[in-house]
Amino acid sequence: MRDRTESFRAYEYAAFILAAFAVMLLCVCVGSVRVRAADALAVIWGSIWNLPLPEGVSRPIIMSVRLPRVLCVALSGASLSLCGAAMQGLLRNPLADGSTMGVSAGASLGAVIALAFGVTIPGLPFAGAMTMAMLFAFLSLLAILSLAYRLDRSLSTNTILLIGVVFSMFAHSIISLISAFAGERIKTILFWTMGSLAGSTYANALALLCALVVCGAAILPSARELNAFAIGEDNARTIGVNVRRVKLAILVSVSALIGVCVSVGGTIGFVGLVTPHITRMLVGPNHRRLLPASAFGGAVFLMLTDLLARIIIRPLELPIGVVTSLIGSIAFIYIFAKTRPVR
Amino acid sequence: MTLDVKNLSVSYGGKPILSGVEFTLSAGQWLMVVGPNGAGKSTLINAISQGAPYAGAVLLDGKDVSRMKPRERAKRIGALAQHHSVGYGFTAEEVVRMGRYAYSGGWPRSSHAEDAEKTLAALDQAGLMELRGQSALTLSGGELQRVFLAQIWAQDPSILLLDEPSNHLDLSHQRQTFDRIQSWLAQPDRAVLSVVHDLSLALAYGTDALLLRNGETIASGAARSVLSQETLRRAYDIDVHDWMRRMLRQWQE
Repeated sequence: MRDRTESFRAYEYAAFILAAFAVMLLCVCVGSVRVRAADALAVIWGSIWNLPLPEGVSRPIIMSVRLPRVLCVALSGASLSLCGAAMQGLLRNPLADGSTMGVSAGASLGAVIALAFGVTIPGLPFAGAMTMAMLFAFLSLLAILSLAYRLDRSLSTNTILLIGVVFSMFAHSIISLISAFAGERIKTILFWTMGSLAGSTYANALALLCALVVCGAAILPSARELNAFAIGEDNARTIGVNVRRVKLAILVSVSALIGVCVSVGGTIGFVGLVTPHITRMLVGPNHRRLLPASAFGGAVFLMLTDLLARIIIRPLELPIGVVTSLIGSIAFIYIFAKTRPVR
Repeated sequence: MTLDVKNLSVSYGGKPILSGVEFTLSAGQWLMVVGPNGAGKSTLINAISQGAPYAGAVLLDGKDVSRMKPRERAKRIGALAQHHSVGYGFTAEEVVRMGRYAYSGGWPRSSHAEDAEKTLAALDQAGLMELRGQSALTLSGGELQRVFLAQIWAQDPSILLLDEPSNHLDLSHQRQTFDRIQSWLAQPDRAVLSVVHDLSLALAYGTDALLLRNGETIASGAARSVLSQETLRRAYDIDVHDWMRRMLRQWQE
């Protein structure tokens, strides 16, 4: 009984981290070129410390292609899932996720504008889209919050959901408009909007890591407050939660994190919605456990789906967003059916 | 300990819900807020607990309640809502333990053991020990009502604002709950404000009463004088005393 209300113990965290690294190693090894786990570890270890590398193993495949991609996938998965869990608790709405506020649609719009009008930074092919996505994520957040405040100073859940939906529709209609006149660039735009982490770099991974650390540091300590919101906002107020401050802090951190995710990998749907649900069925609704477990679960889930996306129709790749939805829905229904009578 | 409500008015979208309500609640008093549907009783509780924007002032020992920090306010004033629902499958114990939130930050911070102890005591008093591990989503309306009452006991404030505490409760739990509130009130420096529809309960347990109709005060003062035949007729448009006696006469053999 007591265990369920407490946060995880150190050994449980250790197990999570170990599992995440095991999956990460698997993703580095499997692909069109197979690498033995020991060799992969030797190459990674050797590259970090500048040691001589083992013979017959391609260093670029591991160090320049697979490792940065797997890192980005893991960090994106963790971020999207953490945001989803926080938003589902804050808004007490199981259909919410990080994109509910509309910031991810705004970020997409920025990237699409960059791709369609050829905003680039010389030497870095996707950096133009990334910078524009971040800029637009920030501008969308400002627009959405100021609009929400103007309509309803208490920032009620309904206002946020409504403004988020309307803003997303608005951004997507402009994306469609731009796409319709994009001519040859439509393919790049389409590829980007479907979400992909192919071609990710260490710089991308670093950006994701920084965002996850900063925003995670704001979200994770609010677990108790999120519990109160998940039980009910009025109840949260009467037991002494600073409702407006917590809401604003969570919304801003989630939006910032989602903005960075979209700017790196485009819109990857379903992870932020389904992983928190699956996690909640496994560890219960208490955010002290739910938030960290969702982050690890999201990382593992997205790494595995990215792996499948790479190998199902080798040597071609499926868009990762398609695979997340396919696998996520099946896994969701399976776990839902198995655990429902308990909770 | 005194709660002063001065010239309190609330309106939603230009429609007045409460106009110029005034009263003082002192230690040892149980103020029963009564009146027909739409009188503004729940709005009064929402305004005092800072859940609805209002004009006028709510002062606790001379301090403006709207300027108190949320945690400080929650340590002094606890509120029970009229309707309850819990999002997601939190257990009864987890919901009750949330009542300790106000003590989790600031200073003095309560210890983990103290929180656990007060949570268990509150669960025990509400007769919820057997249900404590159960998901709140599977509880009945009355059980959920008791869970949120237990949450208030765990919160341990000095003023209770209760919106229909007898909601969903069967007769024996109604009696248990009201007796429990009364013995809680007997301790020093405590006061209760509750909205009730059952005028018999209001008369049996209330020391004072506030009779509202369409947001206006019809009468306020000692419970027995506010609940007199004449004043009640003005609020409810029927002879309440006659009705009550007819109801009771059925039980005579």
